[in-house]
Amino acid sequence: MSEAVTIQDPRPLGPVAYLLCLRGIMWREALRFLHQRERFVAALVRPLVWLFVFAAGFRAVLGVSIIPPYETYVLYEVYITPGLVAMVQLFNGMQSSLSMVYDREMGSMRTLLVSPFPRGFLLISKLLAGVAVSLLQVYVFLAVTWFWDVQPPLIGYFAVLPALILSGMMLGALGMLLSSGIKQLENFAGIMNFVIFPMFFASSALYPLWRMNEASPLLYNICVLNPFTYAVELIRFSLHGQINWLALAVVAGCTAVFLGAAILAYNPSKGLIARRGGPGG
Amino acid sequence: MVEERGPLALEIDSVSHAFGARKALDNVSCAIAPSRHCVLLGLNGAGKTTLFSLITRLYDNTSGWIRVFGQDVRRQPQQALRQLGVVFQQRTLDLDLSVMQNLIYHGALHGISPARTKRRAEEELERLGLTERASDKVRKLSGGQMRRVEIARALLHRPRLLLLDEPTVGLDIDSRQSIVDHVQRLCRDEGLAVLWATHLIDEVLPQSQVIILHRGRVLADGSRDQVVAGVGANDIRETFLRLTRDDAKDGDKVA
Repeated sequence: MSEAVTIQDPRPLGPVAYLLCLRGIMWREALRFLHQRERFVAALVRPLVWLFVFAAGFRAVLGVSIIPPYETYVLYEVYITPGLVAMVQLFNGMQSSLSMVYDREMGSMRTLLVSPFPRGFLLISKLLAGVAVSLLQVYVFLAVTWFWDVQPPLIGYFAVLPALILSGMMLGALGMLLSSGIKQLENFAGIMNFVIFPMFFASSALYPLWRMNEASPLLYNICVLNPFTYAVELIRFSLHGQINWLALAVVAGCTAVFLGAAILAYNPSKGLIARRGGPGG
Repeated sequence: MVEERGPLALEIDSVSHAFGARKALDNVSCAIAPSRHCVLLGLNGAGKTTLFSLITRLYDNTSGWIRVFGQDVRRQPQQALRQLGVVFQQRTLDLDLSVMQNLIYHGALHGISPARTKRRAEEELERLGLTERASDKVRKLSGGQMRRVEIARALLHRPRLLLLDEPTVGLDIDSRQSIVDHVQRLCRDEGLAVLWATHLIDEVLPQSQVIILHRGRVLADGSRDQVVAGVGANDIRETFLRLTRDDAKDGDKVA
């Protein structure tokens, strides 16, 4: 105690350190993903079942008229592909939220949160890591659909990338927000029933909104208020090399709101963790 | 406050924390000098983990303040957290990743490049006799080995204060002893300050500072001998039992 202790303030963490941190978080997510091959197969099989079975059956029942961005009558498979792409991202976003709950139970969320980087940065990094995984899933799915006569213009495959990043961020941020409120792992079943299915069905993923309006104006209004609708439309338009500005604005706005709320929920002083009650011991 | 010799490793001043109506910590104050081995002794539910959560800023303290080497945990979390190494009560390693992958991930969380982390990790693993397990999946390790990896991980970024929350829970006697010895060496040879939370009295070393926490309040704080003398007991076990007697009746066991 008597000898002088040299106190050097640690140098502030520079941009390189931030990048190393981001890279490390993404690298870990990728490693975990590679270790869960079933998760990848499930992520691929789910939309393909919809495409091969559901769409084939509905093709005969449901006619889709010419609506933007399509310039001609399209097959029902072509219509629902953007919706299924968004579904892949929706599942992935919620599954990342599951992994946050799992992480928290297993304690590795705590390892993340004692990192000296700002908590917002850590959560965004985690989000980007989840989005990167979803991009891989989506592009493999799009590659398969190409052989099923869903062939958007080549430019669409590039134009859809920024749209996917944004929609992936929105859905991931929503999942993260939900994860802050979930205490137990089993509650993912609840998320399926109360978040994933309603969001997916009450949107323009499976049927154009004008059709919905004919069936039920109330349901139509719900669809119009559902942010998932705009994620689907953003992807649909960009896959055809166009921008749907309204969808872009809504998705960007919702991303900001969900992300802000998630960061607040994980904030040490205002957050849910602080309020909900502490650990035992 | 900051002393002339330089700041204390850890200063906690008038910290209270409540979850709803339940008061987990009630006006807790204590301090640990650099290179000191400090045992935070308390029964289950005494508030040890809550105190750790506040020091590591899982959530903020609403009253009082906490400083790590002079850095306020709330106001300068970045500087404070960088001086801290933490071993949590729960296992926090990724079971499906290898030991080295876990360590590299931790390095990244502190802004350290994979190459540098690897060099540091090799040093730490060698000291712990785990070099040959570096590429094994964590799942294959024993409980004691996992704990040692977690200690190696906590030291990667060269912190000056090491927090351990009941690090020997669930371990056999040999693993327990090897961890106690290792941390003692770190403290003695490398000048690391240690805050070791436990309910196991035999983990108190002769040279330890002892803080007895009971129902969220500090009942005793000082060197082992001071604490024992303060109560007029024969040894630390008797001291602890006397101070926490009310609870001992409730069925909590002291090992």
